[in-house]
Amino acid sequence: MRIQFLYYEDCPSHAAGLQRLREALAAEGIQAPIEIVKVETEAQAEALRFVGSPTILIDGVDIAPISGAARYRLTCRTYRLEDGRFAPLPSFEMIRAALQKAQRRA
Amino acid sequence: MNPLALGAPAAPFSLIGVDGRQHSLADYAEKPIVVVIFSCNHCPYVRAWEDRMIAIQRDYAPKGVQFLVINANDPAKYPEDDFAHMQQRAAEKGFNFPYLRDETQEVARAYGATRTPEVFVFDSSRVLRYHGAIDDNYENPAAVRHHYLREALDALLIGAQPPVTQTPPVGCTVKWRA
Repeated sequence: MRIQFLYYEDCPSHAAGLQRLREALAAEGIQAPIEIVKVETEAQAEALRFVGSPTILIDGVDIAPISGAARYRLTCRTYRLEDGRFAPLPSFEMIRAALQKAQRRA
Repeated sequence: MNPLALGAPAAPFSLIGVDGRQHSLADYAEKPIVVVIFSCNHCPYVRAWEDRMIAIQRDYAPKGVQFLVINANDPAKYPEDDFAHMQQRAAEKGFNFPYLRDETQEVARAYGATRTPEVFVFDSSRVLRYHGAIDDNYENPAAVRHHYLREALDALLIGAQPPVTQTPPVGCTVKWRA
């Protein structure tokens, strides 16, 4: 399984997001390494199709796919949590559910 | 850029609000406390705290506390922060405070704001008494341990010193014009 964690340093929660990803991987018993990508320029954001920090890709699939037209840029990302609240990080449950889905696809 | 120092006077301003009116700091001279918050539309930290901003304004309005919320972000880079989107957000959320556009970014620079949201609390003499975050947990309102803004307001309303006067603002960076 390929796990990628893309972040923009100006967004203060990336360390917490990475830790949450590690916890979700541990909970699922997945030992794949995490590729950590620091996105530093608008050109890089465009090339990586980076919609905001943090973005977590599992086998190339975003854990929270964007519906509609996406804008690629250096920005902090808004996640919609299970209870409808907005947050700068995906919840542990969202990450874990995405990992389970990827395991079923494999 | 350094933020306004504790004890410094509020920088005066006059900005257009989403209601189409000009709002100046002087318009609120009779209010015992004015809270200036640099905010925006696009930032997830703002969105996470937005309902709490509305709740705090609602709870403290009867005590004379007035929020003035300012968006200085460059809409060329972040179109969702333009005036039309500000009006839309204010209507959707039912903002109970003026939501003001700092088109030239001069006010944000005068306050030394760097993040959204970033709070500046001024007492009746319009002296800065608290600067920083709204509370200590952007993610989960139920898990907040330190309600910095509420605690500062409670203290100032009884003439006391806020228990915490400065915290690091947590949020997106202000989007400056090139």
